[in-house]
Amino acid sequence: MLRYVALKIGRALFVVWAAFTLTFVLLFVLPANPVDLLFDPAEINAIPPEVRERVAANYGFNKPVILQYLDRLGHALTGDFGNSVQSGRPVTAAILDMLPSTLVLASGALALALLIAFVIAFVATSTRREWVRNLVEALPSGAVSVPVFLSGILILQIFSFRLGWFPAFGDEGAKSVVLPLVTLAIPVSGPIAQLLVRSFATEFHSGYVTTSWAKGATRSGIIIGDVFRNASLPALTIASITFGNLIAGSVITETVFARKGIGRLTQTAIDTLDVPLVQGIVVFVAAIFALINLIVDLNYPLLDPRLRATLAVSTPRAA
Amino acid sequence: MTDAATVPREVTDSPEEEQDPLLRITDLAIDYRTGRRQWTPAVRGASLHVDTGEFVSLVGESGSGKTTLIQGALGLLPTSARIRAGSIAYSGVDVTGWNDQRMALVRGNYVGFIPQDPNTSLNPVKKIGQQVIEAVRFNEPKAGNAAQHKEAALESLRTAGLKDTERVFQQYPHELSGGMKQRALIAVALAGKPKIIVADEPTSALDVTVQKVILDHLVGLREELGIGILLVTHNLGVALDRSDRILVMQDGEIVEEGPVRQVLGNATNDYTRRLLDAAPARHIGRLEPTSGAPSMPAAASAVLEARVLTKTYHLRGRGRRRELRALDTTDLVVRKGTTHAIVGESGAGKSTLASILVGFTSADSGTVHIGGRELTGLHRSQLRQIRRDLQFVFQNPFTSLDPRFTVSKIIAEPLHAFGLATSKQERTARVVELLKAVALDESYLHRLPSQLSGGQRQRVAIARALALNPEILVLDEAVSALDVSVQAQILQLLVDLQAQFGLSYVFVTHDLGVVRLISDDVTVMKGGVVVETGSVEQVFRSPQHEYTRELLAAIPGARVALAGAS
Repeated sequence: MLRYVALKIGRALFVVWAAFTLTFVLLFVLPANPVDLLFDPAEINAIPPEVRERVAANYGFNKPVILQYLDRLGHALTGDFGNSVQSGRPVTAAILDMLPSTLVLASGALALALLIAFVIAFVATSTRREWVRNLVEALPSGAVSVPVFLSGILILQIFSFRLGWFPAFGDEGAKSVVLPLVTLAIPVSGPIAQLLVRSFATEFHSGYVTTSWAKGATRSGIIIGDVFRNASLPALTIASITFGNLIAGSVITETVFARKGIGRLTQTAIDTLDVPLVQGIVVFVAAIFALINLIVDLNYPLLDPRLRATLAVSTPRAA
Repeated sequence: MTDAATVPREVTDSPEEEQDPLLRITDLAIDYRTGRRQWTPAVRGASLHVDTGEFVSLVGESGSGKTTLIQGALGLLPTSARIRAGSIAYSGVDVTGWNDQRMALVRGNYVGFIPQDPNTSLNPVKKIGQQVIEAVRFNEPKAGNAAQHKEAALESLRTAGLKDTERVFQQYPHELSGGMKQRALIAVALAGKPKIIVADEPTSALDVTVQKVILDHLVGLREELGIGILLVTHNLGVALDRSDRILVMQDGEIVEEGPVRQVLGNATNDYTRRLLDAAPARHIGRLEPTSGAPSMPAAASAVLEARVLTKTYHLRGRGRRRELRALDTTDLVVRKGTTHAIVGESGAGKSTLASILVGFTSADSGTVHIGGRELTGLHRSQLRQIRRDLQFVFQNPFTSLDPRFTVSKIIAEPLHAFGLATSKQERTARVVELLKAVALDESYLHRLPSQLSGGQRQRVAIARALALNPEILVLDEAVSALDVSVQAQILQLLVDLQAQFGLSYVFVTHDLGVVRLISDDVTVMKGGVVVETGSVEQVFRSPQHEYTRELLAAIPGARVALAGAS
């Protein structure tokens, strides 16, 4: 068991480290002159060479690459990713400022997506009417095929401009989060729903369900009591992987709805070539992604007794 | 759940209880939807009845409609099936066309069901106790409390023949053996205190010795609880050994019905007679090749020789390494032109041995010699050359053939792999020749595996194995997945091919009954160790080891054999 936990934690740490190293190579090593990236492209020619040199020394660009890397890694371990080139604020502070708003959006969207997916799977499994099942099963692929920017604009048009139910943009009040949440949740719910519909159907026709029928269980009793837990296990994995997509998806959603958050921060950071900030964001997102996957992995044995058994092989069992 | 009590009372307390059988199916016809408006009949006007305290067996091969019939009786038909005509009545109460809600009151309460495969029929994430308690709770006449439920569930587990019930109660399905799982399922079926139990092939996924114990227990339950039992099986031997009455089903119809003695003594139906003849227990000696019998040289030279093979699997885990000794100092000698059977139950190490013989797995120590060449420790490329002389036929013909290859492509694949018969005509000629050898004709050349029956598929698999003119065929449970009548044909084919090409067989099986038909020598294995080896005659006549005797006693069909001999 301990070995399993250590393995999973090790894997999570590796993901974060790999993200850091990769961004370091891409942003600090590969560009011809990383110093150029530190200035606003519009003013780059107006900067006197001695200033450039001072800045380069400041950032340590005159040192060998490996020393730069170790230096940055050391700082990153203490949560220091340097200062944003644009605002001059520490990168960590800038990200932490924006993080809550994006986390609310992303976790809300994930919860909503799971809800939609489970409703679709429940309806598809429990209905006795063929046409209802066919209709419901077609929804996931529909949800995936509509891009976020399109559905976002559509939702804005209807619920904000026509009906005036929700504000079109901004981030004041609970109401403002509704439309971005829905926009973000719909495409994400598609793959989860598709997987769930399939695993519900498979489990619903498995042997133990027949046993339950024969016990005298009712249809709803079987779906809730037997199918639900067995069918949900694979959905858990895909939901945790999807969380990464949600943060990526927030770039567009936050832009469309003009909300502050990691997505907007990323967009401006890339626009202005704010290298330390970009690296900080990438590592942060990777860390969150790794953390969520770690939580899911650690919860798996609690949900599936078979996995618990394979992990506990070291303890002798009665044959 | 309040009306749960009322309906079954209506079922059981009906005034006709004395006269009416527990289950009566009358002229039942069930169709499957095969197209938009197309229906294919699966059951055509079948009738049967089971009385109190009666053990009735329904026998048929795959596709005969026996499972559909009982699914219909339990109201568990898939959505693509419909009941076209006929009626199902439990103690005189007609339940035909009842919806799930109403049938839920009959199922468990009045009729218990024991499913086919214990390994998939229990919910993997729930404890056994909870699954039995559910069955108790769904079917109790008036709501009890948790303690009463638990007591009833434990009682049910005890009745099902489980010993350490308190421990099993707390265990998950994966922690139990197949036989224990089947007992847990019997407990689930008994928990509702049913009047009749329907068992669909309850032992076909279990080892023979376990099969015997479970079936004997069912017979005991019938006497102890006075319930009716309807056993569905493909194994005529199993049915004849225990039943009061037998029904034989073919192609959706019941073709034979009667007490066991009558069916054995003078079966009126042609198909029943064929089934009886195909039963392995009917045959006393080895099958003779149809082309006339060439005498087996008694002291033929060894063509395959395995010496002190050992294989240990290391299981994952930290600290003390858990090890599984799959094979322990095992010897095996196969004489040229003869068949050597390896017999054992699951976990005996027979499949490990077979895969070491052909080089799929490597042994930890020991040697394998094939006609003087040593197989162990060869390079991949050298092993490849030896594979020409050593071919393998797999257990399941439904998964061992590529579903997208035509028959001709499947059989030509080894030729292609070894660069033989390069021109197209040559190759086709060889494929046709091979098809003829396994008694199929040219019309099969362009068919896909999905268009073949199980027996035809296994013939194609054998043709593929013969393509390189091997000396030795390793057959791993090659007839286990087939129906008895098909099994008999394939066994005959193997015997004929052996006589024709002088092949040597290594025949891995769990079924001692089949061994007698095809083998010259037999090796009995248990837990990775050879417990007995010798000629078939010697081992069957005077088994030396306790385990061999146990296996021999568990072969179903003692009554068939007796009737055949008389």
